[in-house]
Amino acid sequence: MMGNTSGSGSLGELDDLYEAIILDHYRNPRNTDPVDSPDIDLEVNNPFCGDEFQIQMKVENDAVTAVGITGRGCAISQASASLLAELVEGKKSGEVRASVSSFRRLLQGEELSEEERDVLGDIEALGGVRKFPIRIKCALLSWVGLDDALKEHLAK
Amino acid sequence: MSITGPGTKLSGREFDVATVRADFPILSRKINDHPLVYLDNAATTQKPRQVIDAISNYYEQTNSNVHRGVHTLSIEATDAYEVARAKVAKFINAPRPETVIWTRNTSESLNLVAATWADKNVGEGDNIVITAMEHHSNIVPWQQLAARKHAELRYLAAGKDGLLDMANIESTIDSRTKIVSATHISNVLGTVNPVAELANRAHEVGAVILIDAAQSVPHMAVDVQAIDADFLCFSAHKMLGPTGIGVLYGKYDLLDEMPPFMFGGDMILEVTYEDAKWNELPYKFEAGTPNIADAIATGVAVDYLTDLEMDNVWEHEQQLTAYALDRLTALNGITIFGPEDPALRGGVISFVHDKIHPHDLGTALDQQGIAIRTGHHCAMPLIRSYDVVAAARASFYVYNTKTEIDALVSGINDTERYFVR
Repeated sequence: MMGNTSGSGSLGELDDLYEAIILDHYRNPRNTDPVDSPDIDLEVNNPFCGDEFQIQMKVENDAVTAVGITGRGCAISQASASLLAELVEGKKSGEVRASVSSFRRLLQGEELSEEERDVLGDIEALGGVRKFPIRIKCALLSWVGLDDALKEHLAK
Repeated sequence: MSITGPGTKLSGREFDVATVRADFPILSRKINDHPLVYLDNAATTQKPRQVIDAISNYYEQTNSNVHRGVHTLSIEATDAYEVARAKVAKFINAPRPETVIWTRNTSESLNLVAATWADKNVGEGDNIVITAMEHHSNIVPWQQLAARKHAELRYLAAGKDGLLDMANIESTIDSRTKIVSATHISNVLGTVNPVAELANRAHEVGAVILIDAAQSVPHMAVDVQAIDADFLCFSAHKMLGPTGIGVLYGKYDLLDEMPPFMFGGDMILEVTYEDAKWNELPYKFEAGTPNIADAIATGVAVDYLTDLEMDNVWEHEQQLTAYALDRLTALNGITIFGPEDPALRGGVISFVHDKIHPHDLGTALDQQGIAIRTGHHCAMPLIRSYDVVAAARASFYVYNTKTEIDALVSGINDTERYFVR
């Protein structure tokens, strides 16, 4: 595990939640540029903590060709949104939806197949959220929103 | 005004915090290998051994239904239940015990007034006045009532200094105002509102005043007659008592004329197949078997606070608040909401860090055993008016110490080193 605790040894199991990759995406979120004439443009929010994100996607020939996610929230929700944006770019919609399903299962503590783990890659670091159940919804916020919007878009 | 507030003198018998702490079993718990530092008292307070014992003693020795049986246990349970009511009445200087109604909590008390007195007295074109710093439970019942009655819901604004804008009080509370409902101490800003002044203005225009005292009765001496409150409500669990029980105080004549809130056993005097007659106060508002054990335990919580003396409780929290404001203000990146002057506020401090989201801070502090509240504190419109989406909140009570505030400050520093490098 990549530790972050230099000088703050009393922070206990915090590294399990905030792995280096998460702190990196939190501090330097990817894919935050707005998308030109997006096919999907939605806002998701969690009124409980006030976190809110705008998700924009361009979907062409059943593939996500551009994605932009901006917003504000805690380190978990921001890093999760950034990792999501990085993951979906260039993916077929079916692959995106399968990844969201894998991610949900990861957070529920289920065993993932080798193939699923390969697809998620770095995102597996968010699995540490399992130990902090109250924060699972932070990790899921953008994923659930994006999945619902994609489902709706495909049904059109 | 005999409400204890800024400038109150100590009665000269300050309590010993170490002795107080020894009465609270949960304070010896470790959380994530650290001693518990409990700073979420505005949400609920911890319970002393005396209150916990009162609940088990009741079930072991006295358990029975009240106001029904002629047997010994029922008589004892009824006595204890009514003694607790009388203690609460004395605690807030209510003129008679039957003006104290047991409810489930402050929310239920507020809903009771909205559904009975206000439902009967607020009509089309009338208005209801609340403040911009209310808890959701003192907003939503009035939104619903206003919609139902085609009445107007008005807000007394609060300035960025965290104080109510009293300059507009006369135009806001006018001849069409039927009820003013205001929080005594804001659960977000800590502001102590001038409720006696609001009551005075309400009475000038023939309106009634309802005071949400959930954050004041636990922390300061509150005198319902000195404020001239028509209604006042609070919850036991925020004042060392159990969850599931709260209080509505009301002036006798108002309560007497109000229709019942719920219907059932105990609230009726006589029932025929066609109709029913309502019982006398306070039973008209206590349908069904009440929360006997927790009412009795609430009486014990009141005993505990009475023994500490409320002026001392207030003074203790004033000292903690002033110290915490000093230490938090000295930190970089922290913005504190509410009045700057500790004398204008109770022991509630909400703040944000410019680089750490409140929930990340809350999780990191929890790893060090420090419990604070994070989120919108059930006051979304107010939180949004400060252009933030969530805030962290530390709130104090009788067992808290300056050492615990030092732990909070050092925890914030550690968290900052962790997230902001």
